[in-house]
Amino acid sequence: MSDNLRTIVIDGEEVTVPNDYNLLQASEAAGREIPRFCYHERLSVAGNCRMCLVELVGAPKPVASCAFMVRDMRGGPNGEPPQMRTLSPLVKKAREGVMEFLLINHPLDCPICDQGGECDLQDQSLAYGRSGSRFDENKRAVEEKYMGPLIKTEMTRCIQCTRCVRFSTEIAGVPELGAIGRGENMEITTYLEQSMTSELSGNVIDLCPVGALTSRPYAFNARPWELTKTETIDVMDALGSNIRVDSRGGAVLRIMPRLHDDVNEEWISDKSRFVWDGLGRQRLDRPFAKKDGKLAPISWDDALTIAQEKLSGDASKIGVIAGDMNDVEGLYAAKSLFDAIGVASIDARQDGSKLGAGPRESYLFNSTIKGIDQADAILIVGANPRLEAAVMNARIRQRWLTGKCEIGVIGEAHDLTYDYAHLGEGASDLASLGGKRSGFIKTLKDAERPMIILGAGALAREDGPQVLRAAGELADKIGAVKDGWNGFNVLHTAASRVGALDLGFIPGEGGRDTGAILDGASLGEVETVVLLGADEIDTAKLGSAFVIYVGHHGDKGAQRADLILPSAAYTEKPGLYVNTEGRVQMAERAVFPKGEAKEDWAIFRALSARLGKTLPYDSLNALRAKLIADHEILGQIDHAPGALAAADFKPAELGEAGDVSDAPFKSPVEDFYFTNPISRASKTMAECSAAAATARQTLQAAE
Amino acid sequence: MTQLLQDKDRIFTNLYGRHDWRLEGAKQRGHWNATKEILEQGRDWIIDEMKKSGLRGRGGAGFPTGLKWSFMPKEVGARPHYLVVNADESEPGTCKDREIMRNDPQTLIEGCLIASFAMQAHACYIYIRGEYQFELERMEAAIKEAYDAKLIGKDNVHGWDFDLYIHHGAGAYICGEETALLESLEGKKGQPRLKPPFPANAGLYGAPTTVNNVESIAVAPTILRRGADWFSSFGREGNAGTKVFSISGHVNAPCNVEEVMSIPLKTLLETHCGGVRGGWDNLKAVIPGGSSVPLLPKEICDDVLMDFDALKEHRSGLGTAAVIVMDKSTDLVKAIARISYFYKHESCGQCTPCREGTGWMWRVLDRMSRGEAETSEIDDLLDVAGQVEGHTICALGDAAAWPVQGLIRHFRGEIEDRINNYRAGKPVFVPQAAE
Repeated sequence: MSDNLRTIVIDGEEVTVPNDYNLLQASEAAGREIPRFCYHERLSVAGNCRMCLVELVGAPKPVASCAFMVRDMRGGPNGEPPQMRTLSPLVKKAREGVMEFLLINHPLDCPICDQGGECDLQDQSLAYGRSGSRFDENKRAVEEKYMGPLIKTEMTRCIQCTRCVRFSTEIAGVPELGAIGRGENMEITTYLEQSMTSELSGNVIDLCPVGALTSRPYAFNARPWELTKTETIDVMDALGSNIRVDSRGGAVLRIMPRLHDDVNEEWISDKSRFVWDGLGRQRLDRPFAKKDGKLAPISWDDALTIAQEKLSGDASKIGVIAGDMNDVEGLYAAKSLFDAIGVASIDARQDGSKLGAGPRESYLFNSTIKGIDQADAILIVGANPRLEAAVMNARIRQRWLTGKCEIGVIGEAHDLTYDYAHLGEGASDLASLGGKRSGFIKTLKDAERPMIILGAGALAREDGPQVLRAAGELADKIGAVKDGWNGFNVLHTAASRVGALDLGFIPGEGGRDTGAILDGASLGEVETVVLLGADEIDTAKLGSAFVIYVGHHGDKGAQRADLILPSAAYTEKPGLYVNTEGRVQMAERAVFPKGEAKEDWAIFRALSARLGKTLPYDSLNALRAKLIADHEILGQIDHAPGALAAADFKPAELGEAGDVSDAPFKSPVEDFYFTNPISRASKTMAECSAAAATARQTLQAAE
Repeated sequence: MTQLLQDKDRIFTNLYGRHDWRLEGAKQRGHWNATKEILEQGRDWIIDEMKKSGLRGRGGAGFPTGLKWSFMPKEVGARPHYLVVNADESEPGTCKDREIMRNDPQTLIEGCLIASFAMQAHACYIYIRGEYQFELERMEAAIKEAYDAKLIGKDNVHGWDFDLYIHHGAGAYICGEETALLESLEGKKGQPRLKPPFPANAGLYGAPTTVNNVESIAVAPTILRRGADWFSSFGREGNAGTKVFSISGHVNAPCNVEEVMSIPLKTLLETHCGGVRGGWDNLKAVIPGGSSVPLLPKEICDDVLMDFDALKEHRSGLGTAAVIVMDKSTDLVKAIARISYFYKHESCGQCTPCREGTGWMWRVLDRMSRGEAETSEIDDLLDVAGQVEGHTICALGDAAAWPVQGLIRHFRGEIEDRINNYRAGKPVFVPQAAE
């Protein structure tokens, strides 16, 4: 038997488990379920709830199975394998005792508690609780705490498992939760009655095994058993976090993370979790057309007629800009249509990024998110991962915590929740880094698995191609791309970007890119601009062009629009999204589109018939079949290519040669809570943004 | 009749502060004598001698000290070794370490040097209880003297670089638990750690650490000077040596006294404390080892020996050897309720049974002391105590449960009387006047 496996006896049944398992994991491997409150796979072991007690044969007292390792078990005197019992009367009695203790000071207000129906305490008391209470004294009450606009507290329900405290210190990296007081007066608090300054704070709601920390926006809205649960994909950033959308009727009532170890583990950012109230506000629920300077509702038929008229003219005077949250199918239908009518000025890079010309590896996060766990040096260029990909930032922090990974940053110096070497502010620092002999460059060169993370912001500038070349050359120099490891990474901020680039949603021969379309519009050279949910552009530059806005929220683009074709938001349509790793993921429809809104692809299918270029599909399935026939890569669901093609990838040839400017890098995300039309429509996000601004001011005042 | 400890065999020759506590005086009493020769015998010899002496830890649990020292890694690895001396003496009734630090500080400092040498530690921390302000100042003065005399410190006369630091606690009982003490020393909240890993593997700052009680360390130099055989000649087998007993409560002359182990309780009280107030027959119960151990009724006290094993046989324990004597005027239920309140107040709140159970036990006992309870609640209380005992991270849960269990085991009738009296409208407790 190998050194790291051990045979132990659980309830008389022999199992062989790894030595570094704890008894709880070993029991689960043997098919025994061990009740627990404080133990969580991704947090440090606290061992304080004592619910997971098991009996070790030969030990004087029961042990907490979460805190006892298989390797520490002692066998019998004659070399018998060590034995443990999980079902013995002693164990049952011990757990019942713990359960009784947990319940004596718990308010038992399940009927008015939002955790009801998905409460660990409720579930486990079914198995280990008494039928009545022996506790005749007064119950303890705990003063209310304020934890900001996201987390509703009812601290009397707290069972002091400290999961939230461990999450905030370990995963989120903001040690702002803690326990004060002693004994039965111990209370969990943020000390200063503020919201946590973390983009991941909402996860404590999932972690809380009882109803002490619940979702404030969701408060008293629904019971879990009333909700329809749809497993889908998040589009708030380019990670493609796996989420579950809970809805009732036509309304999305909450969003929760799903487990995906390679992407988001089991965390999601606060924006992903709480943006749902934005789905019910500022919605474009029917077609509108501008009449006497004002948008007025019209019928789909009239809307399509106007669109047909505007798109029938000179194709060179038409420009198309796609936004950040489009599904691949909608983009594909749009591109097929505009290709058919000869429009070359199409661009999915509304931020003005210069990516997309090279091989697929040139715009992917090639190391994969999971690869961060193996990286031993990371250089972050022109990105603020904490705001651009909060969940991934936590993963970098986890790697950093092991002490096996050093991190360097070129760009703005932000608090990233881990220490890093700040190597400069701008592109010239990146270009000159390769020429240095000592310092962080040595760390990168010595590293076995170095990573360069190039932010989208670093490429959305005039010298984007040169920055790309500089980063590529550096990657080449430090040996970041080799067999089995590709350390060249682009961190996107837009969920639709990689999918759009895969489709080639970039200007064709002689076509204009985003900047040129806008410039052309202000000069009058571009007469019609189609915005596919593109709101992060300077709409003032659209000049007198006729703007057709295809989207779902009344934001900047819709305000400027002359014609609005309402489409479905990400929770309202099945669709494919490709995340920054190049991982194709399939989203599902949770609720139906609002009012008369249609799915994007259907709008372009209808328009194509009007324009006499009928697209060859009538259903989403037919579209997907053609899409995958055209782009094979998009058929590989949940596959991230990673280093598969590393051998043929030549990073030093990326972009264009030339000098980079001295301008400092700037993250495209200024306000984490306001990055897209849905979040801007959300009241919750507005409250968060205000709270974060207050926190920043307080911090500055304190400094 | 047990042979009482003779003056020539006392380790703590200045326990009562009648002589000079300073270095000069300590040297005259034999401390720091031939320390260098002891170190020259080598660390294996020291540990072996400590094992042979049969010294069991004086902090309460009674774990063999020599064996504990031998658990430290033989070679110093990447992390340094540490010795931590537990001077957070907070167990109600216990005041032996206080007297040692006040009056015999040099013997503790010498012990720290020897123990650190034996465990290859170059640094030792003494964690002093927050309330011990005077002792803190005394220890600091004594350490300064030792530094000045080059007995400790860098390049000292003993040839083992050794620094001694004092850390002043903040007054939490739980910080006397060895791992909570380490947490507190590291600057964190004093909450016990999960074991394993034990401190010998990962203690202070994750480095191999031994935590010893003040008395365990302070007796080491004399044991090594006079030999393991001398020390083990006192007391019964497995309970060797001399021990400082702290006797308080209803005796005529409460005191700290160094005596041989296994001395009969009655002899101890009558020889050194002037006997129980009102005579031996006025005795009601004795808590033999600090507030956390179960009390013993008079019948057991008549002939019980004061050592680890004898008291364990009677389901109590020697603990810190803090003998609390209670005569017949004592309201036992109220006394135990008060002890219960102490544990409720000092529970750190980390793990469930202790956090919730201590408060529950205190509340029930508090009612029982007034008679406002049902007789069936006595069994419930015993059950609750059993649910706390052995289910917690550290021993505070046990410490909170044992006094309650002891009370119910030996004085259930008294609680029942009280409940009945209360129902009958009679006074619940009439103290018998001390004669």
